[in-house]
Amino acid sequence: MRILKLKKKDLKKFLESTSSFGELWTPVKKGERYVFQKAAPKDVDPDVLRTILPLKKFMVPQRFTMFKYDREGYEEQVGKVGNRVVFGAHSCDIAGLNILDKLFRETYPDPYYIERRKKTAIIGVSCMPDKFCFCDETGTDSVDEGFDLFFSEVGSDFYLVWVGSSLGDDLTRNAGGLFDENVSQEDIQKFIDWKKTREKAFKLDIDLTAMPSIYELNLNNKVWDKIGDRCLACGSCSMVCPTCNCYNVTDTVALKEVQGTRDRAWDACTLCEYSLVAGGHNFRATKADRLKLWYTHKLEAFVGAYGKPSCVGCGRCLTNCPVDINVYTVAKTLRGEEVFFK
Amino acid sequence: MNKDTCDAGETIINPYQPEMMRIVRKYDLTSDVRFFQVRPMDPARAMSLCYKPGTFMMISSLGTGEAPISISSSPSRPGLLEFCVRNVGTVTNSLFRLKENDIIGVRGPYGNGFPMEKMKGKDLIFIMGGLGAAPLRSPLLYALDNRDDFGEIYVLHGAKVPGDMLFQKEFFDMTERHDLHTMLTVDKDDTGKWPAKVGLVTTLFKDVKDIDPSNTFAAICGPPVMYRFVIQELLKLSIPKNQILMTLERRMKCGVGKCGHCVVKHIYTCIDGPVFSYWDVLNMKELIY
Repeated sequence: MRILKLKKKDLKKFLESTSSFGELWTPVKKGERYVFQKAAPKDVDPDVLRTILPLKKFMVPQRFTMFKYDREGYEEQVGKVGNRVVFGAHSCDIAGLNILDKLFRETYPDPYYIERRKKTAIIGVSCMPDKFCFCDETGTDSVDEGFDLFFSEVGSDFYLVWVGSSLGDDLTRNAGGLFDENVSQEDIQKFIDWKKTREKAFKLDIDLTAMPSIYELNLNNKVWDKIGDRCLACGSCSMVCPTCNCYNVTDTVALKEVQGTRDRAWDACTLCEYSLVAGGHNFRATKADRLKLWYTHKLEAFVGAYGKPSCVGCGRCLTNCPVDINVYTVAKTLRGEEVFFK
Repeated sequence: MNKDTCDAGETIINPYQPEMMRIVRKYDLTSDVRFFQVRPMDPARAMSLCYKPGTFMMISSLGTGEAPISISSSPSRPGLLEFCVRNVGTVTNSLFRLKENDIIGVRGPYGNGFPMEKMKGKDLIFIMGGLGAAPLRSPLLYALDNRDDFGEIYVLHGAKVPGDMLFQKEFFDMTERHDLHTMLTVDKDDTGKWPAKVGLVTTLFKDVKDIDPSNTFAAICGPPVMYRFVIQELLKLSIPKNQILMTLERRMKCGVGKCGHCVVKHIYTCIDGPVFSYWDVLNMKELIY
């Protein structure tokens, strides 16, 4: 992979040059937290750690129209998607996107996802973990694909920039010579030192060893009922999770004539109607059943199918669940620790 | 390794695009189940319809939405698609308001279907209860249309009351055939005129005799309560667990392994199913209850 150097003071200039590809989106403060928003290069803060919603919102909007229909049939509405440059994604975010790629780009490719994915340049930035981060445990503390460019902070003066795609390459070449090809031995050492510092910065101790087996063994454990009783079935964990991709499809009728839209919106398996079928049978009527699905899917089933969990350790469930049900507490509980009831 | 995130070659057919088809015939099978024959608008397309027995399609009714419906016809009889629809939800309710020549949206087929190639040369037992006859009619007709390819064929068909039995005439006609064993039963005869057996579908197993168990495939579809008891009977006959097949239902919104609703562990009922073996089910407890 091509690796270049960029002086930190040139970051703004570089981001200005990307406007020839598309509009810039980056984490911007909203209340106490951050959201990906359209912003000017001067507003970019590369130190922001966690946004409320992950990158999936760029590829699968919360709600959008798939088809318009009338008497003649269904007309596809992939729609006009503008080019975007997303700056400020972290390795966990990109790892999440790579998991969505498997789902939406492989068997039966999804045109709505692919159109947006193609038109979104992903520029990653390295980060220092806070007390909620555990990407070191999920093997997503660095990524080697899924981005167009990835900026690693090394020391106080510059970034090492990984070029991950041909579009990324274009962006660097279009920046008016800001990027330096010459990476010195000293730079490499700085990178190694930075890596070591980062490794030591992870504070959350979460043991995912043998998690698939532990889940399987605990399938009938009564502790799920306790977790279920606690759950509010609000769906927040799914909304903020970078790899949750479930959706619902509904038809909306216009008031005149036979016409309307077929719309798609985010759904969550923790919501009550998720597995309800016509006739009234609910395959997962209890909150415990639905939580089991959420957690086994992330930490057991996905491991069976792809060899690693579909949790990327971003910590969003830790910071969002109002009743502290998250990968950390559930994993601990299944390992026999009394987490909730101390 | 280095995946290009911007690949123009990645142009694709929209898997969610419904194809408009015409209802050419409909009639009621029971008080709440209606039979629909559906044909693509283009005659060439109608003759080239390709699907496996045991697969399903997503059917759209303009203005209400989409629902997964099993295919009841056999690919050995091209030109038409047949569906049995029970009036239970908003989409099915609106399908019931449609007439011949009305247009519906159809996409698919989806799912793994029955492994008809593997089933060739084997004895077959079809066990169907209530609306379970709808998906099993497809592999059954397929086997009958290719009769020489299969060994003994048993059909065990049960319904609550005579009025609930789907395709009654078709199945009574089958009882006349000498190349298969068709047994029909109802839990309760509320008419007093039922000419076949009365009792649960499991009571029919005592007449299943001429099979070679290790060389037999069984296919089950029916209400959830039926499975456990039928499986016990099949195990008593020494049919291997991975040759006991069942087709299952789940809530589905996409049919293509994306929306998540039909997922059980890492298995998507829509693309990895809806046909599972008893061995699959044993390994994924959530599948049948």
